[in-house]
Amino acid sequence: MSADLSRYKRDFPIFSRTVRGGNPLIYLDSGATSQKPEVVIEAEAEFYRSKNAAVHRGAHLLAEEASDAYEGARENVARFLGAQSSEIIFTKSATESLNLLAYSFSNPDSGIAVKSNDEIVVTEMEHHANLIPWQQLAKRTGAKLTWLSITPDGRLDLSNIDQIINSNTKIVAITHQSNVFGTIPPIKEIVKAAQAVGAYVVLDACQSVPHFEVDVKQLQVDFLAFSGHKLLGPTGIGVLWGKAALLDQLQPAIFGGSMVDSVTMQGATWASGPRKFEAGVPNMAQAVGLSAAVDYLTQIGMNNLAQHEHKLTEQLLSGLKLIKGVKIVGPTDMKDRGGVVSFTVDGVHPHDVGQVLDQYGIAVRTGHHCAWPLMKKLQLVGTTRASFHIYNNSSDVVSLLEAVEKVTDYFKVGK
Amino acid sequence: MELDSLYQQVILDHYRTPSNKGLSAFKDIQVHHNNPSCGDEVTLNLTMKDGVVKEITWDGVGCSISMASASVMSELLLGKNYQDSMKILDAFVELMQSKGKSSGDEQLLEDGVAFAGVSKFPARIKCALLGWMAFKDAATQVMA
Repeated sequence: MSADLSRYKRDFPIFSRTVRGGNPLIYLDSGATSQKPEVVIEAEAEFYRSKNAAVHRGAHLLAEEASDAYEGARENVARFLGAQSSEIIFTKSATESLNLLAYSFSNPDSGIAVKSNDEIVVTEMEHHANLIPWQQLAKRTGAKLTWLSITPDGRLDLSNIDQIINSNTKIVAITHQSNVFGTIPPIKEIVKAAQAVGAYVVLDACQSVPHFEVDVKQLQVDFLAFSGHKLLGPTGIGVLWGKAALLDQLQPAIFGGSMVDSVTMQGATWASGPRKFEAGVPNMAQAVGLSAAVDYLTQIGMNNLAQHEHKLTEQLLSGLKLIKGVKIVGPTDMKDRGGVVSFTVDGVHPHDVGQVLDQYGIAVRTGHHCAWPLMKKLQLVGTTRASFHIYNNSSDVVSLLEAVEKVTDYFKVGK
Repeated sequence: MELDSLYQQVILDHYRTPSNKGLSAFKDIQVHHNNPSCGDEVTLNLTMKDGVVKEITWDGVGCSISMASASVMSELLLGKNYQDSMKILDAFVELMQSKGKSSGDEQLLEDGVAFAGVSKFPARIKCALLGWMAFKDAATQVMA
């Protein structure tokens, strides 16, 4: 028996407004960004109201309180991931986290710098944010970029994993859950292959950390990135987690105030721990907001949330299968998949699908989902994507299915 | 319903049976335009003689608005001289930017006025303009 989570929707003020056609909002675009509960909005605002000061600077009381709040957020996020707080780097977004990491890998002074004879492995189902930084790293260093392919049902093809992940492989950058298919790749197997050749595993956890329990120790990956705004938190805050021993060996990529140990006119040395990666005054209020989101989700229970989304996904998949002209893109069963469902409607472009759904107050994502190479491989111009979070319920799924039927009527699919 | 102001019958008809779709073998110039935020693409072949549009053919993938608009554009601008084609194009761009306040000059824009409703949907304006901008690029290059 799973917990009744329906009461949580009330915590999200956005659902008190109406949208196009005077309809209530049915928000099925959490894969792009999640809505925010009042406690998060309040935590961010409260920081500005009562604690605002530049952290790690100044001898005044506000600076102390602001620093405590910011470092408290770091500890809280670390606990949430099963990590140490010295391993949590705050960034502005997951995209920045991955770029920062890729740049640090190309700093020749890094103890684990990428060199021209190294190989970097990605997969065909990566979001642009976990593809282009590695393309660019390969370009800067002369390293070779290779990738694991996908199978027609939207899973990773591991048949040639032994060739792709080989003794030259330095980095394996992979998504924890596809933002297009909802597929959860077999991380264990990939970590095993990477460890066998001494490669580092970088996990893009944007679609996983906000939706199910993620423990970095259990996963045994080396680096992990996610954004706060998909986790009910504010925009402008992201996380890069890395094993402490590896962060020690990496050189920073962004330089300036607050990240130094000492500075002369000729050069500088870096602060220890995550601080050396956090130049400038950080996004403090946003870190505090993220911390409130972590508390909120912890109180709900990540396993309860995962079960909730699992049920909705199952309901949506079985409903879509019954609509003529609709094809699910990605796994059609519940094995190793999360609450992201992509589909196409024969003869109707995803934008037109999204436009009709919008008329009924239903917000979905349409297009290539920042996974252009994947769309080309699938010979699709794009898909319509529905994705869930805590505030969704079974009647949202029913409304979506009814509206998709109306799309096929409106554009006279197969008529 | 608000949706019907966007998807006029004329638009749906052009989407299902587009005009001048399929690239010609001969052309003065070929241009390729895309919309990186949504992935819509148009390739356009243009032939002009003495400053007059002799042939417009195009191919592409995209939503009903972008494909229908390219189709309407290719019908409307065929046979026009460069100055007139730019006058029509400017009128269409102005209509798209009218935020639903203009119904368009039917004498100038003909089937193009069916897109007036698009101007109320900011996210779709760039769809409607894709083929037109490809034409502008091509014609300007030919005339240069």
